Amino acid sequence: MSWFKRAKSGVQTPTKDKKETPEGLWYKCRSCKHVMPSEDHSGNLWVCENCGFHERIGSIEYFRILFDDNKFTELNRNLSSGDPLKFEDTKKYTDRLNSSQKKTGLVDAIRTASGKIEGNQVVIGCMDFNFIGGSMGSVVGEKIARAIDYSLKKKVPFIMISKSGGARMMEAAFSLMQMAKTSAKLSLLAKAGIPYISLLTDPTTGGVTASYAMLGDLNIAEPGALIGFAGPRVVKETIGKDLPEGFQTSEFLLEHGFLDYIVERKELKSNLAKLLKLLKN
Amino acid sequence: MSVFLDFEEPIADLFEQLEKAEKTASKGKVDMTETIEGLKKQIELTQKEVYKDLTPWQKVQTSRHPERPYALGYISALTNDNFIELHGDRNVKDDKAMVGGFGDIDGRSVMFIGQQKGINTKLRQFRNFGMPNPEGYRKALRLMKLAEKFNKPVVCLIDTPGAYPGLEAEERGQGEAIARNLMEMAQLKVPVICIVIGEGASGGALGIGVGDRVLMLENTWYSVISPESCSSILWRSWEHKEKAASALNLTADLMLKNKLIDGIIQEPSGGAHSNYDQMFAIVKREIMKHLEELDRIEPEERITQRIDKFCAMGYSEE
Ligand SMILES: [Zn+2]
Repeated sequence: MSWFKRAKSGVQTPTKDKKETPEGLWYKCRSCKHVMPSEDHSGNLWVCENCGFHERIGSIEYFRILFDDNKFTELNRNLSSGDPLKFEDTKKYTDRLNSSQKKTGLVDAIRTASGKIEGNQVVIGCMDFNFIGGSMGSVVGEKIARAIDYSLKKKVPFIMISKSGGARMMEAAFSLMQMAKTSAKLSLLAKAGIPYISLLTDPTTGGVTASYAMLGDLNIAEPGALIGFAGPRVVKETIGKDLPEGFQTSEFLLEHGFLDYIVERKELKSNLAKLLKLLKN
Repeated sequence: MSVFLDFEEPIADLFEQLEKAEKTASKGKVDMTETIEGLKKQIELTQKEVYKDLTPWQKVQTSRHPERPYALGYISALTNDNFIELHGDRNVKDDKAMVGGFGDIDGRSVMFIGQQKGINTKLRQFRNFGMPNPEGYRKALRLMKLAEKFNKPVVCLIDTPGAYPGLEAEERGQGEAIARNLMEMAQLKVPVICIVIGEGASGGALGIGVGDRVLMLENTWYSVISPESCSSILWRSWEHKEKAASALNLTADLMLKNKLIDGIIQEPSGGAHSNYDQMFAIVKREIMKHLEELDRIEPEERITQRIDKFCAMGYSEE
């Protein structure tokens, strides 16, 4: 049985485990408007059966897709954001955090876990875009740092799945320094010769692109993902004209030499397993 | 001085009076010595008074003062022009917004690197307003590696409104260039001192900001975003920049309190732009002091301390 079927059978678990799309029973593709039963869409790993559009999914879905039998040990599950600056714009930061936690059932914008991909032991960090735009604050940085420590200790590869609008403004320079922190930790991983694979998914921008997302021994991406440092709107304003077709997509980055390859979601697990074996054997 | 910020008005008035007094004196009919001396003293007192309690937004304004000294000004003064500028990233081009080279500071060779703003309208364009492209960060890294090869310390002078958000910058991997610097700087075997001399805007600043000592001049700012952009994103209007400046805790004192930098460098009483010689002397003294401290630490230990310091930054609850 291929892993793909296993992933599919994993979907037939009780409904409460399912992360259904908000549309409920039907999913309408954001790209081609094709309508299909949500069940079929999730069975197809949230990829449009018509046009291949990769819908944004979160850590629950990626862990289910990647970890053998969806078995994994979550690391530092309860690490949560404080509000060191008592930040308040139109809303209090603590209120944003609370409502995001309630809405998503997540503690912050990342989950980290150790488990196996086709028998290969790995540590995976995966960002959740639903949580304040997948923004990187202290918790994201700290969880990545600790996941890298765990990789170092256990001498197992580290995989980071990025999906983020960048640094979390409400933590100001605390969030900025997470870029230095995660990159410094990755330098230790590099020194120890432990592989780091960065998977960039839609969207990966700002401080995340300018730190761990671009520092993989291998940088790989899902098709059609928006990847960049400055957001497209900012670039457009800077140059004062329309952006070329396909600017800042995965395909654009591959063409310009910043990705090793693009991998479709349905190939993701088998590809990573193949890669991990090539790095190991 | 010729350019005054809005809150510097009391200082501007006194300078105007001083100018008049000096003009009268130059005609030689009246003895103005006493008046001139009095005005000079009053200017100093007023500068002290005005600069004593600047709001965060006023500090942001000061950090952008058009007469504030820029990186090459510091380098040239600190080295008595015993400096050789080095160019290019050996790949694409020479980024004019990022400068660097070997210089002599009190008989000691140091690799200076810094973002450079232009001193007039024409040069501001030439320097791309201090906003480096990827090749700027790659040039900086090349120079750091050069310093490491010859066992010379690195001094980075940070002053940027941000990494350039242009089309070609994206094509050439702005994100990758900054990210690479963060990782490589963490492992540099030589001492690294970073000083925010003006604006420390986000990843563009941090791209040359991973050091054993990260210091901020008194009237500078350092954060994840400029107060204006923060205002426009969170409040959906540019109007709230003052509020955003306060909310971001971006001033030197608050950055130190939050343990995100290692120290503050005092500025002359009227800001760095009011007295270049004094500012340069203070910065030189600080660099020498920190270099002496860092010299005493073994390279591997220095790297460990540097990494541990950045890894301790953040605030989370368990
Ligand atoms: Zn579709």
